[in-house]
Amino acid sequence: MTNDVILVDYGVGNLLSVARALEACGANVVLTDNRSKIAAADRIVLPGVGAIGDCLNELRRRDLIEPVLEFAHSGRPMLGICVGMQVLLEVGEEFGEHTAFGLIKGRVKAIPATTSQGERHKIPHIGWTSIAPPQSRESWKGTVLEKIEPGSTCYFVHSYTAVCDDPDNLLAVSDYNGRQVTAAVQTGRVFGVQFHPEKSGKTGLQIISTFLEMS
Amino acid sequence: MANVRLIARLDIKAPNLIKGVHLEGLRKLGDPQKFAQSYYEAGVDEIIYMDIVASLYNRSSLHEIVRRTAEQVFIPITVGGGIRSLSDVEQMLRSGADKVAINTGAVRSPQLINDVARRFGSQCMVLSVEAKRRPSGEGWEAFTDNGREHTGLDVIDWVRKGIDLGVGEVMLTSVDREGTRRGFDVELTRAVSEIASVPVIASGGMGSVEHLVEVVHDGRADAVAMADVLHYNRMPFAEIRNAAVAAGIPTRLR
Repeated sequence: MTNDVILVDYGVGNLLSVARALEACGANVVLTDNRSKIAAADRIVLPGVGAIGDCLNELRRRDLIEPVLEFAHSGRPMLGICVGMQVLLEVGEEFGEHTAFGLIKGRVKAIPATTSQGERHKIPHIGWTSIAPPQSRESWKGTVLEKIEPGSTCYFVHSYTAVCDDPDNLLAVSDYNGRQVTAAVQTGRVFGVQFHPEKSGKTGLQIISTFLEMS
Repeated sequence: MANVRLIARLDIKAPNLIKGVHLEGLRKLGDPQKFAQSYYEAGVDEIIYMDIVASLYNRSSLHEIVRRTAEQVFIPITVGGGIRSLSDVEQMLRSGADKVAINTGAVRSPQLINDVARRFGSQCMVLSVEAKRRPSGEGWEAFTDNGREHTGLDVIDWVRKGIDLGVGEVMLTSVDREGTRRGFDVELTRAVSEIASVPVIASGGMGSVEHLVEVVHDGRADAVAMADVLHYNRMPFAEIRNAAVAAGIPTRLR
């Protein structure tokens, strides 16, 4: 296993930030939208910012959904970041309904516009929020989060959150003014994080390093 | 209550970090990247670079500062000053910025806000507002060019319009307080935060932790930008964070 990582390049904005963080963790980053390179990768990272529908359209336009799905089914490690995590679910509800990958059962829904006390709060949820395992999960052993202390903070910026049907897919949760948001999801060796590990300081770099060590 | 972001704001006249009073009368403090790096190590939540000259002549120098910073600083970096077009935004993001702060470009062409939000996502579109209290004492007017040029826009109306057009965050600088160390304009911050559905960053005037506490509790700021309190090392950042937490302001601790 090498330190090679394929960073799927489909024209989204945070690509270079992700590349820089991967490189800082010792990865040899290959930016590509080439289907056969993706199919042959040791591991891939799927970035994404903006609206889910736009991201899916860009992936579709480049004919990348099929090779990424094939990769996900291969059992090799994959990490989706922000909207790159949201596309793992079945449907996104941002600006209409968008059919996504369906690797994880559930939908990507708007964060409630009010706090749990019923007061209006700021959307997007922007900032450093602590992440913890959900009640359905005992620990993060064997996952990209295994070297992170529960309660560590990560940098989030999002208005929509994944709602998983199967609690087994829920890897980490966060609290935004009393509303639970999904911080990370997992199915097999496919991981997705809503926050930005490339912008979450040393905690984020640790998560990326753990991902790079997976073989 | 969500964690309040504590942000280091670095005003740049490339190649130097500078600090002024009321955004004028400048002093050179050194290499901005070195300051940003040390704030990152100290645990600052975000970095904001503002190019206060914003001349074409200095552009490549600014890009170089952003590029060097982004290689080693793994927290969000916002860059503002002189951004007038989608291609300016794209180049800044390519250099390593995560968000852009736009003032003059948006005042001249509000459609730019919408274009940036649609192309790159509203998470990267920060509306930078320079607010000055009207001489009558009633309300605030938005300014450009470091508080020198009138826009005729009422701050509250302008922020509302910006949010309708897709702004993801508002950076609100009080020109009256900037560089004075007399505290934030709490009334201004509160007036804007109450009508804003998106987060508001209070900027301009922080001289002590009491000021920070005041602008969060009374001004309802979602984030606080600090400059010379850090640049002159009047207080180490860790001390500021600890004092804020002790005063009941939630911030990230690790």
